[in-house]
Amino acid sequence: MASVLVCVKRVPDSSSEIVLTDDGQAVDGRFAGFTMSQHEQCAVELAVQTASATGGEATVLTLGDADALEQVRAALAVGCTAATHVVADSQQLGPADVAREIAAVVRDHEAAGRPHDLVLLGHDAADTGDFQVGIRLAYELGRPVVNGVTRVTVEEVDGRPVVTASGDGPDGHETYRVPLPAVVTVLEGGVEPRYPTVPGRMKAKKIPVEERELAAAPAGPARVRWSLPPAAPSDVHVLGKGPEAAPAVVDLLEQLGVLAR
Amino acid sequence: MILVLVEKDLAGAAVEVSLETLTFARSLSDAGGGVPVDAVVVGDVSPALQSQLAAYGVRDVHALGGPGFAAFAGAAWASGLETVLAASRSVVVMAAGTPRGGEVLAHLAARSGVAMAANVVAFDGLAPFVVRRQVVGGQAVEEMQLSTRPTVFTVAGHAVEAAPAATPGPATLVEHAPEVAESDLVARVVSTEEPAPDLSGSLKSARVVVGAGRGAGSEGGFDDLLELADLLGAPLGVSRVVTSLGWRPHHEQVGQTGSRISPDLYIPCGISGAIQHWAGCSSAKAILAINTDPDAPMVTKATHAVIGDLHEVVPAINAEIRRRRAG
Ligand SMILES: Cc1cc2nc3c(=O)[nH]c(=O)nc-3n(C[C@H](O)[C@H](O)[C@H](O)COP(=O)(O)OP(=O)(O)OC[C@H]3O[C@@H](n4cnc5c(N)ncnc54)[C@H](O)[C@@H]3O)c2cc1C
Repeated sequence: MASVLVCVKRVPDSSSEIVLTDDGQAVDGRFAGFTMSQHEQCAVELAVQTASATGGEATVLTLGDADALEQVRAALAVGCTAATHVVADSQQLGPADVAREIAAVVRDHEAAGRPHDLVLLGHDAADTGDFQVGIRLAYELGRPVVNGVTRVTVEEVDGRPVVTASGDGPDGHETYRVPLPAVVTVLEGGVEPRYPTVPGRMKAKKIPVEERELAAAPAGPARVRWSLPPAAPSDVHVLGKGPEAAPAVVDLLEQLGVLAR
Repeated sequence: MILVLVEKDLAGAAVEVSLETLTFARSLSDAGGGVPVDAVVVGDVSPALQSQLAAYGVRDVHALGGPGFAAFAGAAWASGLETVLAASRSVVVMAAGTPRGGEVLAHLAARSGVAMAANVVAFDGLAPFVVRRQVVGGQAVEEMQLSTRPTVFTVAGHAVEAAPAATPGPATLVEHAPEVAESDLVARVVSTEEPAPDLSGSLKSARVVVGAGRGAGSEGGFDDLLELADLLGAPLGVSRVVTSLGWRPHHEQVGQTGSRISPDLYIPCGISGAIQHWAGCSSAKAILAINTDPDAPMVTKATHAVIGDLHEVVPAINAEIRRRRAG
């Protein structure tokens, strides 16, 4: 039985154009859609699969403002069965602060008889892109960490739970095998996140969410400011629309001398 | 001292992004009055690698060897870096923004209790030391102040162009075989599956590259694109979405965490043109973007574009090429 904690973050959807706040400290929420990143959607899926394969529990954790409850509910709707929401403005926290806050939750839950054997996180946050929270968390907890994998399974080996995690590395597909408790960070691509069902959504609404405040005063990020690069003027020559443009395209290929064989 | 973690390809040569990081380190060294740049390499340093590093102005090449480094373990590599850091009395530690580079430096920063900046593209000032780095999926740039020592950061792939030093360095080999604590070896690679053969060489030197992104739609959506590539004698280059979803092998990826290409013509089909993709294709002489969205960055940055569904446009181009060749 493995109890899994999966950490998710409410982030602005960066696939559409963003606007920054006047002080350059954040994405202006008035003009943004918000989401959970692909990496974290896959981490949630892996948490739910692992919990159900081992008869354990999958708990979702977020650190964010009141609106981040939307991402918590999304994870509950696809199979997480418990939730913790550390209510705070995530833009005011640096990666070391976030790691320390997650560690505080893990320790408090453990003291309350709910240890989390496996903590899953996304490999990097889609907004702040710090690429380090999972690793810092591992040091906070004194646990081993596997970073940037796409597949995760938990099995008993000689009576002890072991996580097998694998992903693509520079030398090929790499496998790690680590005794629990451990921390693992997830990249998208290994599993297909499931869609919530209507009963799933209904059930999610009834699950109580543990609300917490920050455990310690944050040191804050080392951010001076964010800015948007100036838009470069476009001088694209549109050859046409749809398949009718094919002759103009092939004219261009001839002109560039790349058609000869 | 500035210390740069240099990664090797399967043939034992320094990877391009590590050479870019050395180039970045030299510009930092110049700004700082010529502090030496040292490299650290895990495993064997071949004479070819040593002379490559000399060409990039490296003073000492620290080689980390011994049983603790036989298989990759992020914590073990970071402990090795700590050894070299102490021996070389470095104040700055850099790596390329690769999976390995980012992971090892995050370990180092966590162990040292210092900040780490990921995906830096430039530095602004030395005192205070302010870097610019990619945030919000590359849409925005963060100015971040790094005031802790050692100063730890990764450099985004292809943010600078790799350029050898005006005066080569001695690249003196210094060997280290530190003891690695058992706890730093718990999370290590226990097996590696043979990678798909790396054919990215032909991509980097190709005159024409046909690009494919999420717009291909599925693993089975590449037939027309592959036919176009075949008709033009061009390799296929893809976005990270395509490799992450397993539609095409990683060696075909173009971008910050893939290859940098500089063809006469790049034909990106169904690729939005995110900054990380652009980093790999911005030196193409001409770009013909095929995209349903006239406002996609790839379209606005291209020299030429066709607005439409690639599954209709590409077959029509293929037919037109065949028709002209027959005629
Ligand atoms: C640290 C980091 C490193 C990264 N490194 C890389 C990298 O090396 N290379 C890379 O590519 N990305 C990289 N990325 C990811 C990058 O940010 C983008 O997510 C990715 O490039 C988007 O891929 P895409 O253009 O295929 O998909 P999307 O952004 O989803 O774009 C799909 C495009 O296809 C168009 N389209 C859809 N259907 C059709 C159709 N039928 N016909 C024509 N057009 C259609 C759409 O209009 C859209 O423009 C990196 C990200 C990070 C954070």
